[in-house]
Amino acid sequence: MHYDAHRKEIMTRIAKPYMNPYVAGIGLGLVLLLSFVVMGRGLGASGAFTSVVAVGVKTVAPAHAQSSEFYQEYLPANTHPLKDWLVFEVAGVIIGGFISGSLAGRTRRSVDRGPNATPNMRLTYAFFGGALIGFGSKLARGCTSGQALTGGAVLSLGSWIFMIAVFVGAYAVAYVVRRQWT
Amino acid sequence: MAPFYRFGFFGDDTSLVFAFIIGIGFGFFLERAGFGSATKLASQFYGHDLTVFKVMFTAIITAMLGLFWLAWLGVLDLSRVLVLPTYLTPQLIGGLVFGAGFVSGGYCPGTCAVAAATGKMDGWIHLGGMLAGILVFGELFPVLSSFYASSPMGEATLDQYFGLPYGATVFLVVLLALLGFYAAERIEKKFQTAQ
Repeated sequence: MHYDAHRKEIMTRIAKPYMNPYVAGIGLGLVLLLSFVVMGRGLGASGAFTSVVAVGVKTVAPAHAQSSEFYQEYLPANTHPLKDWLVFEVAGVIIGGFISGSLAGRTRRSVDRGPNATPNMRLTYAFFGGALIGFGSKLARGCTSGQALTGGAVLSLGSWIFMIAVFVGAYAVAYVVRRQWT
Repeated sequence: MAPFYRFGFFGDDTSLVFAFIIGIGFGFFLERAGFGSATKLASQFYGHDLTVFKVMFTAIITAMLGLFWLAWLGVLDLSRVLVLPTYLTPQLIGGLVFGAGFVSGGYCPGTCAVAAATGKMDGWIHLGGMLAGILVFGELFPVLSSFYASSPMGEATLDQYFGLPYGATVFLVVLLALLGFYAAERIEKKFQTAQ
């Protein structure tokens, strides 16, 4: 107990500062470019989680999944639905995030929140905010990875509309949800 | 000749190995940028830390310029690079909902995976909420499908839409991003001196 608290204190103290945003942006851009060059497609994230949901629905209610046009798109007949490009890519994202966090001393069990917010308040916001981005990314056919970054780089009209709408939507409700961050 | 996969250099099973490697790079730089932290991401929408904007647009212009030059050199066939079709209204509304969720939840789908991987409990809960949101969409799909398929515009791109040459559009996007970076630095300074 005491040792843990001490260790936590040290871990916070030695957490390294983040990378310069322009350097990190060039890094991300080169990873995206690599994906275009090797695969002819960009990055993604929400699609992988949709595969997970579709597999879950299929496991619980196979007939229901079978009859849904939406789930069927994520349940190919000839291969396992999780043997999918985006699912493997997101598995990599988790590993890559963990590697970077470990090297910088930033892997610590915590609830990231503003100084005046309680963990419960923050977790409630996280759940409902998460639900909105899940729903929104499906309506928009992609998220900040598949639409904003990837579609942005290939100059897709819908992706740029999506990106602008994301910033407008976020600034519009920022004041309402400020209590968890301040 | 790139894209290698489209020209049959390797098959589907090998493509999964590349997916995993590319994903590691993606997750690594997301975490490096500070995107495993909701407070860092959300501060974009309160003015004092515009890292999200800077990282996103630097990544976009880096990849966009890379595609442009590789195509110009004849190394890459741009017509074989996937462009998602545009459905204007659902993408606009989806973006607004997504933005509201982003500032409330603090993450997007990729960054909540990074947050969860680095021990953030809010990242895990956010991930659970996201799966729930996708399930709600899936269950409502019969009702939403006609709106979802509305205002189709095919594989529309900015250069086609505005009737500009590809190179000129790339140049304008870079110019816009540089102006944005300049403005972002000014705004951050203003917030720092105000505090």
